[in-house]
Amino acid sequence: MKIKKGIPLIDQHDKNFMYGGKFGGNFIPETLKKPIDDLTTLFAKLRNDKKFLRERDHYFRSYVGVPTPFIKLEKLSDHLGGAQIYAKVVSEANGGAHKIYNATVHCLIAKRAGKKFIVGDTGAGYAGKMLSMAAKKFGLKCKIFMGAKDIKRQRPNVEAIKKNGATIVPVRTGSQTLVDAVSECMRYWVANNDTTNMCVGSTVGPNIFIKICAWSTAQISRELVKQVKEEFGKIPKKMKLLNCVGGGSSAMGFWNEFMDTDAEFIGIEAGGPKNSKYHAAPLTNGSKIGILHGAAQYVIQDKEGQIGSTESISAGLDYPGISPLHCFLKDTKRARYTSANDEEALKAYQLVSKLENISPSLEPSHAFAEAIKLAPKLKSSDVIIVNSCGDSLKDKDIIKEKLGSYIR
Amino acid sequence: MKSKISLVFEKCKKEKRAALITYTVAGDNTQKNSLKILNTISKHADILELGFPHNTPIADGGQIQESSHRALKNGLKLKNVFQIVKKFKKSSPNKPLIMMGYFNLIYQSGENNFLKNCKASGVDGLIIVDLPYPENVNFAYKCKKKSINFIQLLSPTTPKNRMKKIIKDSHDMIYYISMLSTTGGRLKVSPKKILQNYNKIKRINSKKNIVIGFGITNKTIASLKKADGLVVGSQLCKTITNSIKKRLNTAKVLNKMVYNLKKKII
Repeated sequence: MKIKKGIPLIDQHDKNFMYGGKFGGNFIPETLKKPIDDLTTLFAKLRNDKKFLRERDHYFRSYVGVPTPFIKLEKLSDHLGGAQIYAKVVSEANGGAHKIYNATVHCLIAKRAGKKFIVGDTGAGYAGKMLSMAAKKFGLKCKIFMGAKDIKRQRPNVEAIKKNGATIVPVRTGSQTLVDAVSECMRYWVANNDTTNMCVGSTVGPNIFIKICAWSTAQISRELVKQVKEEFGKIPKKMKLLNCVGGGSSAMGFWNEFMDTDAEFIGIEAGGPKNSKYHAAPLTNGSKIGILHGAAQYVIQDKEGQIGSTESISAGLDYPGISPLHCFLKDTKRARYTSANDEEALKAYQLVSKLENISPSLEPSHAFAEAIKLAPKLKSSDVIIVNSCGDSLKDKDIIKEKLGSYIR
Repeated sequence: MKSKISLVFEKCKKEKRAALITYTVAGDNTQKNSLKILNTISKHADILELGFPHNTPIADGGQIQESSHRALKNGLKLKNVFQIVKKFKKSSPNKPLIMMGYFNLIYQSGENNFLKNCKASGVDGLIIVDLPYPENVNFAYKCKKKSINFIQLLSPTTPKNRMKKIIKDSHDMIYYISMLSTTGGRLKVSPKKILQNYNKIKRINSKKNIVIGFGITNKTIASLKKADGLVVGSQLCKTITNSIKKRLNTAKVLNKMVYNLKKKII
């Protein structure tokens, strides 16, 4: 298994849409074959359509607000000693997280397809918040599927979704988290694909959704390549790009344009509570390949193939599977993956928020936890860049409960 | 040699009626009860579909999800599903039984191992919800070599040229999904329209046995009886749910329901 140079990673699949012959594909009910084929054809056309690209760039500039800042975390670097730590502050994008890129593109596509309705899943509530925002902006009616457990623990985003005029459908099956929200959203699309487009909130699901999402979030690294060259004159030899991974959409966007460079990619999964047997880290903990939500991937499951329970303090990472693209990056050794547990993420949030002007949400706090572990072991010529892809404000309640107080 | 599934359709055609196909979930609500249900309803049903439950189904509605959840909560494993099939086939060797489920369980078992177990327990056919054409070509071929029917699905969204290819690759039975819906949705398309679509498929190859499923209940079944076969699933699962709540004998209640369904199409 090998990654080809000069070809976008999303296009490195075979005729069955499998990456490395093992990951991805379209394991879908017959009813979804045609809508997915239609979307695939439309997207293939649009990504080469200059007018569409201009439109995307226009809304990315005027609506999403690109480029997002690239800053040095001076105090954190001094405090830890060792590597120079930087952050790509993607949480400065409109809405407060990277989910806005995928949501905007999906709404633009839905408009082109002549659809009036759009539905999406959400875990942390960001994908839902952004889709509801973009839907409002582009005049589409919007429904968001969200696990009942996540509705309780991500209140600020739930309120935002409602304020944007979208309907929230609470999902009470299974673990009542992201995995069930994605299933329910797909079931809804099975029944309504004649009038409705679906936006999968991450680089998971049938192949076309992986493609659209990764293509959209790639904006992050398009900017970052320029910003890094401005800062260092070139891409530094020893540069590590750290990103949390749940479904893997922000990491794909953060790494995409660096694929053919020497930059080292480290993905950080959610290790769950300390001393718990539950986690959301299929790559770190050696889960087997299985099929979840239409795609083959490493997935937490039992011997029989029943999808396993997960646990993480961060709703956005609390997912048993992982993007087939990350499975591909892992098996080709282009990226390496590790995990941080709930406690480490909380501590990282606290330290970064105390020292710096940014305050990462619990998802990127997992990546900061790894930066905190790594930095002291490295030299000052080493560069660590963390994708700070969400703001802690949405986690205020959880943080208060766990740490007693909330700082930002 | 003709398959048991073909023989059933031949018999029904002679009797000038649609075949009645039922769907229940293995292990719902216990292994013993689900076997009892199969044994009882097989007096009236022509073909039995038996779901092997998955906890992350992407095409099932609430009723079947609930049945699957009950079965899994009781600790049902795939080997138990095969045991149920084996016991059922021992008492009703000629009644076709089709297992229905999602691909991940087969993937984890290994395709060959799974088919070996199907063969050993007497499974006549398989419906794999999330393994569409052409992704299913290899697996369908393996099924054929073992004389197990791989049942292709067609839906209202399937374009005509794709339909032709799928029909060409199909075995003795094809499943037509009546409408855009998960299982158990209300019939939101008129029976007339469904039969129109059904006839379009029949015109491509009139020899194929086409069954219609999704949204079929005791209220709608009579209006579709011109089809080669009709599948009732969610209503049976819902009936099981209700009879458990009321502490009734599920097999008895289901027997009555299947009997009434049958009466409506003969």
